[in-house]
Amino acid sequence: MQAFLTLVRRELAAYFVSVTGYIIIGAAAFLMGWSFDVLIRGLQSDPTPMPLTEIFYDTLMFWIILLLLAPVITMRLFAQEKAAGTFETLMTTPVSDMQVVLAKFSGAFIFFMVMWLPLLACLWIVLHFGGGPAGFDLGALGATFLGIFLLGGVFIAMGCLASAITRTQMVAAMVSLAAGFSLFMASFLPERVAIDGGGWREQLVTCFAFRDQMRDFARGAVDTRPIVFYLALTFFFLFLTLRVLESRRWK
Amino acid sequence: MIEVIDMTKRYAGHTAVRGISFTVGRGEIVGLLGPNGAGKSTTMRILSCFLPATSGTVRVAGLDVFRDSREVRRRIGFMPENNPLYPEMRVREYLKFRARLKGLGWRKSRQRVDVVTEQCGLTDVSKRIIGQLSKGYRQRVGLADALVHEPDLIILDEPTVGLDPHQIRSVRQLIKGLAQQHTVLISTHILPEAEMTCNRMLIMFDGRILAADTPDNLQKLMASNSQIIVEIAASRADLEECWSQIPEIEQFNVSATDGDYQRCALTPRNGEDLRPRIHLLATQRRWIIRELTRSRHSLEDIYVQVTKPEEDN
Repeated sequence: MQAFLTLVRRELAAYFVSVTGYIIIGAAAFLMGWSFDVLIRGLQSDPTPMPLTEIFYDTLMFWIILLLLAPVITMRLFAQEKAAGTFETLMTTPVSDMQVVLAKFSGAFIFFMVMWLPLLACLWIVLHFGGGPAGFDLGALGATFLGIFLLGGVFIAMGCLASAITRTQMVAAMVSLAAGFSLFMASFLPERVAIDGGGWREQLVTCFAFRDQMRDFARGAVDTRPIVFYLALTFFFLFLTLRVLESRRWK
Repeated sequence: MIEVIDMTKRYAGHTAVRGISFTVGRGEIVGLLGPNGAGKSTTMRILSCFLPATSGTVRVAGLDVFRDSREVRRRIGFMPENNPLYPEMRVREYLKFRARLKGLGWRKSRQRVDVVTEQCGLTDVSKRIIGQLSKGYRQRVGLADALVHEPDLIILDEPTVGLDPHQIRSVRQLIKGLAQQHTVLISTHILPEAEMTCNRMLIMFDGRILAADTPDNLQKLMASNSQIIVEIAASRADLEECWSQIPEIEQFNVSATDGDYQRCALTPRNGEDLRPRIHLLATQRRWIIRELTRSRHSLEDIYVQVTKPEEDN
């Protein structure tokens, strides 16, 4: 446990002492601010029954932030250590592979969640200056962050895996970007592929309807199915990452 | 402390280490000597549990490095080649991070960091950022890291590579100072370095251990093949006659250089040092000597020397 916490601290510190961390947060804040601007303009022209979080989600900034910034956050995790040789000093201390994987994931994930905090500020401004709690729902806000939390877990875990299989940060970023984009494209499947009669095929395809699922979260509707699916995906990617680290010891 | 039995390491396509065996006792300083690509780093990586051996048994402090990997890692301080560090961290912060990672408690880690900072002469730079330190200081940070958890065994992969002579001296001094409390395994491709710091040397070449002995014995082995070079102002005939009368000279070769000087390469029998005799002889005959040396053998020559018997068999 001590080793795990030490490693998480070091991972977080690595983001905050380098310029990269601030660039990432800056980019995320910029995109959120932009979508907020779009949102406010929309509210000025015509009223809407949608909760704020859903309007925000509709601007698509959520996906841009997730798809572009998650790979940038995760690319350095293993690739940089391998390229610099510090991977060797790290793995020759008495820490287990599991501790390393979980610590790297946790560090990146905590940073990822911190990156989303400006969104709260945006929503607070609406709440404060919008005159009353109109269109503002704590439940919907909680559900939105739950969605960000779960889907973020999937993307960060995927980035971990991408970073573990290479020693070049650029390659790691490319791989996780491509994989993330594929997942995003998969969420168009349920609309495009008309499966008549339903059955297991339809169920399988609707599993990947990330866009609709995330919209539900933003609307405040929490469904257990995507929660289980996201958690399973996260564990799956982390498990593969652990295997990649262990493969070093295979004979 | 270290027990290696018939260890082999194959990478895809080539064999880095071919069935080597050796032991290192507690408190010894052992040098692993060999040219680049001889398998030194691979051996060290296996000992420090970073890579598994393809076959063979490797034990550190009686524990198998593969099965009891974490226990072994607790007892080892390893500094890899090129001494990788986190350049964005400060010296003290880094050492504390490493101490915590190696399982030292809060108070203990602070106390040990103080000790190794002092021991490695890092007190003045403890608040500086590692990336801005000179290479010599960075090397000391690596050493301090290897020492911080009071390991039984310290493994240093080319600790002095890329340092200036002054820095090399201070790092060597440091390593020598470790001898009392720790067992040390150092790899190097510089012979004098191993001679100065180690009490035993293992010579590796092409994945095999060719010789394992004390520096003195290896010196003798080398000396038996050394040559004496003399440059004397005298006539060629005189010189040749003179050398052929000395029975200790097995072979000689006289060649002309600039001016009156002749360059003679003498191979003594049994590695005897003939320099005093030659000097005496020259003064008797009133010859002028401008050079008189015994050729120092480079590491390559030792390899040649130790590989020879194998080829003869």
